[in-house]
Amino acid sequence: MTRFTLDARNLICPLPVVRTQEKVEHLDSGDELEVLCTDPGALHDIPAWCRIHGHQVVETTERSGDIVVRLRVQKLD
Amino acid sequence: MGALSFGAPWNHLRTFYTVHMTTQRKAVALISGGLDSMLAAKMILEQGVHVEGVNFFTGFCVQGHTHAIRARRGDQVTRNNALWVADQLGIKLHIIDVIEDYKHVVLNPKHGYGANLNPCLDCKGFMVQKAREWMERSRFDFIITGEVLGQRPKSQLKRALPVIALESGAGDRLLRPLSAHLLERTLPERLGWVDRDKLGRITGRSRKTQMAMAERYGFTGYAQPAGGCCFLTDSNYSAKLRDLWRVRGERGYEFDDIMLLKVGRHLRPRPNFKLIVARDAGENQFLRGFLKRFTHLYTDSHPGPLALIDGEPSRGEIELAARITARFGQGREARRVRVNVNQRDGRQQVLSVEPLSRKQIPQEWYL
Ligand code: SF4
Repeated sequence: MTRFTLDARNLICPLPVVRTQEKVEHLDSGDELEVLCTDPGALHDIPAWCRIHGHQVVETTERSGDIVVRLRVQKLD
Repeated sequence: MGALSFGAPWNHLRTFYTVHMTTQRKAVALISGGLDSMLAAKMILEQGVHVEGVNFFTGFCVQGHTHAIRARRGDQVTRNNALWVADQLGIKLHIIDVIEDYKHVVLNPKHGYGANLNPCLDCKGFMVQKAREWMERSRFDFIITGEVLGQRPKSQLKRALPVIALESGAGDRLLRPLSAHLLERTLPERLGWVDRDKLGRITGRSRKTQMAMAERYGFTGYAQPAGGCCFLTDSNYSAKLRDLWRVRGERGYEFDDIMLLKVGRHLRPRPNFKLIVARDAGENQFLRGFLKRFTHLYTDSHPGPLALIDGEPSRGEIELAARITARFGQGREARRVRVNVNQRDGRQQVLSVEPLSRKQIPQEWYL
């Protein structure tokens, strides 16, 4: 398992999701990705995107004013 | 009519059907976030087809952006409707960034523009073409859209729909489930991948049938249709885009340009510069992301907006810009307001100016 970070700050809907999607494409099952955002819409959108693609949201928090969504990649072979 | 003879041709057809019916077919659905594409996808899902959605991000999309920019604490945070639809349907959604490729559609639409700078017919063809490319890459079988015959001017007229199918290269792999009965049979119908009898015959602008279907499927909370799916249908937005082209002397844009046209009041007091003045805290925050690229002003003695200058004003004109900025702050009635001016090269100055009165700002300055 490897941890990755994605800086999606100052991007607004739907770009945080688009960048998350592009990043996850290159990750393996079990990897964790932490996405930093400033658009509050990401709090709905990234978990919704994870739900439909079968990835797991580990936690959503706020850190120094940024929204942080941590997800675990799950891919079917 | 005589009895059907199951001779050689029929046997062929039967073998063909057996082969094709046993593999689950896959459709890619263009999901806009509105009700029509949601219903179209649902109709096909119900027929046992595997459906995944695609949504193209052109940079001009209405939903999300302005709300995201203007959202303040306590406001309801807006969701991305396309994702919401996919989540409700239980299908995957792929949001695809087409900002670069889409420029060609906006700048050189073969079929021209609608009432504003909306190149709807070219745009639909482009989106279906992108969906076709996705379908081919992902080895899917056909494309579905929520298009309804005669619903919108130009792009959904009966003669327009075949144009979209043809120019996108999708041909008869493009199925519009909501109006299918009013259109030629497509490949998925002819080969029995979907049952044509279960498809729709909706036409026109009334949304009654769609709303009844939504109720039958138990869909609630779907996005209400707005004027158009993108900013290009908006006359104010189009005027700002035209102004940008005129001033630059060429038609073209970068992503940041079209984002900035969505934000703030745009005033052009002189031909050589315009001001973008934030309207609320959310826009202030958004414009802060552009400070390095633009000379910017903010009121120092009173709470007020951040304003960006696009262009090259003279010294005297910078003072005019400061007076306009002061007009939109809380010091608008004060005798003098201190305004901080920050040049792109980092130079700073503080001006003490008299805010312009409402009457001193002619309507023609507003873009
Ligand atoms: S309204 Fe905008 S997004 Fe919709 S078809 Fe027209 S140009 Fe394309």
